[in-house]
Amino acid sequence: MESFFSRYKNALVLIVVLVAQLLALAVQAKRPTTDGGDRRSVSLMRFAVITIITPPERVLHSTGHWFRSVWFGYIDLIHVRRENSDLRGEIQRLRLEQATIAQDAEQGRRLQHMLGFSESYIYKTQPAQVIGTGGTDQSQVVLIDKGSASGLKSDMSVITADGIVGKVKEVSRYSSQVLLVSDPTSGVGVILENTRIRGVLKGRAYGQLQVADVSPDARIKVGEPIVTSGGDQIFPRGLAVGTVQRVIADPDRDPLVDVLVRPAAKLSQLEEVLVVTSMSDAASPQETKDLAESEAEGEAAQKRASDVLSERLPSRTDPNGPADTNPEDLVDAAGNAIKKTAPPKPNRPDGFSPNAEPDAAQMSPGQRFAPVKDGTEDSATPLRSQLPQKTVPASAVTAVSHARVPKPPATSSPAPHKSVAPPPVTAAPASQPPRITAPSSGDPGNTPQSVTPPGGAR
Amino acid sequence: MPIMASTRREVETQSFPLAVYIVVPLLALGLQSFVSLHFSNFVIFDLPLLVVIYFAMTLRTPVAATFGGAFLGLAQDALTHQPLGVFGIAKAFIGYLAASLGVRIDTENLGTRLVLTFVFVLLNDAIDWVLMRHMLGEPLPWGWLHQLSRAIVNTLFAIIFFALLDRLKSRG
Repeated sequence: MESFFSRYKNALVLIVVLVAQLLALAVQAKRPTTDGGDRRSVSLMRFAVITIITPPERVLHSTGHWFRSVWFGYIDLIHVRRENSDLRGEIQRLRLEQATIAQDAEQGRRLQHMLGFSESYIYKTQPAQVIGTGGTDQSQVVLIDKGSASGLKSDMSVITADGIVGKVKEVSRYSSQVLLVSDPTSGVGVILENTRIRGVLKGRAYGQLQVADVSPDARIKVGEPIVTSGGDQIFPRGLAVGTVQRVIADPDRDPLVDVLVRPAAKLSQLEEVLVVTSMSDAASPQETKDLAESEAEGEAAQKRASDVLSERLPSRTDPNGPADTNPEDLVDAAGNAIKKTAPPKPNRPDGFSPNAEPDAAQMSPGQRFAPVKDGTEDSATPLRSQLPQKTVPASAVTAVSHARVPKPPATSSPAPHKSVAPPPVTAAPASQPPRITAPSSGDPGNTPQSVTPPGGAR
Repeated sequence: MPIMASTRREVETQSFPLAVYIVVPLLALGLQSFVSLHFSNFVIFDLPLLVVIYFAMTLRTPVAATFGGAFLGLAQDALTHQPLGVFGIAKAFIGYLAASLGVRIDTENLGTRLVLTFVFVLLNDAIDWVLMRHMLGEPLPWGWLHQLSRAIVNTLFAIIFFALLDRLKSRG
């Protein structure tokens, strides 16, 4: 018996080692834990290996980072100024976009609140560096340099600015293992943005992504964006996942199709990621602050744009002239809203009001007794009180002229209003109030009138 | 060019400084994990497997090679999320086989190293595939072109890698 063991010692050792591992493998495969994670003994072993592997990986990563920072931080700085300028411009543009979107988002939140719909928002994130991978093409796993000491726990979602990355799988004190969405065992609830088709995102062999077992739909187009649906309770709703790359027939389930997905995040070149450590039904203070800033920035930019536009457009008011007593818009010079006036109501049913109009002898052709507003005369203006003098102040006349002066032809001249001055008006000397005269021909009541105010032609 | 070991020098057991037994496997695991992060195509290499093959063929002790292969394979399993044992079983078997053959044939010979490494890489991948596909039920495809190119690349890399490791042998 002793000779048997000594003779076949090597083979027996091999068999024992293989059988032990096969048994362990069978137990892991056939009796998975209820939460889908590893058994305690397996977790301990992973924990031990990750703890051993992490320090040399940190050293390698730090060394590589140092070389890269020296190169990119000191040597390869060509075009940095220009790039910086471009990026600043892009920030401004994005702030404006964000200001616009913020309004919609706020409205959406209010509506959701009214409907009692609870939504999860990313409240707090923990940035982490990717320091290693699983090292095989069968397992899409990366190692990050943050662990339980930084508040990380299993099943936390991991994202980048471009899109989702994966979820935290194993956590040690100073490092964690992240299962990428491209792994065959991962699953993320997703929705096709345009067609609103829901599905589960899974990995294929060699790191490809797919939404499997989707009902065939001709509306699914290449390039259609895919976002998270929030149904997996891990990823918040609406995060970018990728775009439709191709639609292929499912070989196992004949009528169904598989949608191949091009990931939004660069899963094969990950360097920095964000671990979502906390989610809430309200926006974070930082997000609120950013939104407020971008809204203020957006309003300021809109005002600047309005100012620039108003400077470039031909002005129909003379900055040197008197105040406009009858502006076209419904806002006075102080910015107060003007109540629309109704036409004067006649005292009699036949439309005639005794003593409401002056004697015809005191009138001159084409003369108005009240400023025109919305096509009717406004009786509440001081023009009427000046009728006995047969003249009106230049400002009032200007207002009348503004109401119906035909628009000047569009020109690129910065002062096109010079062409506005109509011929039938005679200007009074600057020392006297201007007198309105009737045009030489045409209906005086309907003919546009204009006067040249003091200060020259307009 | 004799392939079978015929002289005492050829079957002589080699040895390394103790640090080499610790640092080299650790470095292989670390590099495999780290370099794949920056060069995704690097996953075609299997540095831990090459370390197992080299030490098994050089030390020619099947028991040590079996345990060494099992430990290194389990460590590689631990870095992935798959159940522990897939790489452990494959590398334990490859280690035993390489050490057993190392006793009988001249593994210092370049041609022998080339052929054995090529066969061992293919065999390792085949064991992995069988375990993953038929025991764990993972839909892992077997592509001959991919597996052959993987075996060729690893074999060519092994020539340089083994030559570097030869320099670490203890003198005297």
